[in-house]
Amino acid sequence: MSAIEVLSPGLLTTVQDLGREGFGPMGVSPSGVADPIALRIGNRLVGNAEGAAGMEMTLLGGAFQFQGACVAAVTGSDFSATLDGAAVPPWISFEVRPGQTLRLGPTRSGARCYLCVRCGIEVKPFLGSASTHLLSGLGGHEGRALRKGDVLKIGDPLEAKQKGTGRSARSTGGAHDSNRLQKVAPMALERLAPRKVLRVTPGPQSGWFPKAAQRVFYANAYRVTEEANRMGLRLEGPGLPEGAHGDASGKARGEMISEGVSLGAIQITAGGLPIILFVEQQTTGGYAKIANVISADLHSVGQLRPRDEARFELVSFATARKLLIEQEKLLASENLIVET
Amino acid sequence: MLIYFGEKITIQAHERVRTLLHLLEAEPIAGIRNLHPAYCSLLVKFDPLKWQHEKLEKELRKYLGRLDKVKLPEPRHVEIPVCYGGEFGPDLESVAAAHGIMPQRVIELHSSPTYLVYFLGFTPGFAYLGELPQELVTPRLPSPRKRVPAGSVGIAANQTGVYPFETPGGWRLLRTPLAMFRTDREGLSLLSIGDHVRFAPISRERFAELSRA
Repeated sequence: MSAIEVLSPGLLTTVQDLGREGFGPMGVSPSGVADPIALRIGNRLVGNAEGAAGMEMTLLGGAFQFQGACVAAVTGSDFSATLDGAAVPPWISFEVRPGQTLRLGPTRSGARCYLCVRCGIEVKPFLGSASTHLLSGLGGHEGRALRKGDVLKIGDPLEAKQKGTGRSARSTGGAHDSNRLQKVAPMALERLAPRKVLRVTPGPQSGWFPKAAQRVFYANAYRVTEEANRMGLRLEGPGLPEGAHGDASGKARGEMISEGVSLGAIQITAGGLPIILFVEQQTTGGYAKIANVISADLHSVGQLRPRDEARFELVSFATARKLLIEQEKLLASENLIVET
Repeated sequence: MLIYFGEKITIQAHERVRTLLHLLEAEPIAGIRNLHPAYCSLLVKFDPLKWQHEKLEKELRKYLGRLDKVKLPEPRHVEIPVCYGGEFGPDLESVAAAHGIMPQRVIELHSSPTYLVYFLGFTPGFAYLGELPQELVTPRLPSPRKRVPAGSVGIAANQTGVYPFETPGGWRLLRTPLAMFRTDREGLSLLSIGDHVRFAPISRERFAELSRA
């Protein structure tokens, strides 16, 4: 069995997969990767099933020494990866020889990048998922961000095949059974690139916000503050007019009783500014929600950095669904991944 | 998709939430990914590739039509030992002062009712319990603490609850030694939606014993 040693962890590096859905009644949010498209494609590039566990790095990458031979890929934002000093471009699979070190630097584009390895990172699953939930210290590698000296096991090829976490059973990308290296088709990459205009559908309380407030929300750019993490992203910009937002204490618009909140929900706080709830969100909340980021654009939220600007564009539920179907079609297409 | 059972926190509305949750757990609908119950609403997260809003709504209405025939399981009764005040409950004195009563009276009031677990939210295993006796209703702290120790019993408005993890939090603190959420236990969370809960005051010595166990 092979392993990876963490020489330096970077700013915030965690083990993540696609998360654990279905435990809302226990107050457990799904967690999982901030940019699911990057992880899914990364896994495809190395011949894994899409949901195998990888490493999620934030703003500043780490350094990792491979104990055995491996096929790996770095996806998501460009963190200037090098393998023993030689540049490794993102979105392309590469071979690693025993003892080689992969180093990643500060980001050159968005907030996060992913390291995927063939057969995935192996950790003890919690509620069926390898995802780290930082707030509660559950899942992932000891429930926490990686530290210097941590050793992460790479999955066993035979077991991975039996469990279906390793080599993909999909018909797409028939090159999986060989060691031929693969990359993502440039056209597909362009279409899947993170957006700065986030498309949203109306939130459950959008009717609480008068026209003037809606205009402010949709006409302006909002800047991501330093308070942006896996739980949520606090934005700053023009506040929504007073009296247009309810809050838990019922100061405006009467009592807002806590209710379930979904991934990508945009809450307007007492100060009139938006918070986007993200993968490690609390499962319930008491602020009014003006809008919800559509599923097809959630990966774009995962790539927003502090000081980045984002705008919101209102679309219908039907459009949101159509955009997701198109995105999934592209992700499943045979032309997504090509041999190098 | 959010299903509301009224716009007020009532036992009746909450029973409907629990009944629908119970039914959807017993007879799951393929393509529903997650359920987030709360005081008087149930958030249904679904796979938009499998369901369109209108079609799912139609399917869920069939479930809603059956709620009256569904019998909920009897609630579990859970007793939570609490060591009130001192280093464990830094807000006991100020809560008492705010209401012009003695700390001992706060303890009596807090430990007298049987509370209902309305839902778990905020963090894994954080139970929202109600109703707090009217005389104890106290607003949240003006600004939340950066760290609240795991096991802290807090009150906020007319709710009470126990922090399962060390997290930030703005509730006023009293405290328990029981582990609320453990990964080495079958049920994970000590409390589940619909449970009936009582708080039992204990001494510092008993607190130390239970903490070791």
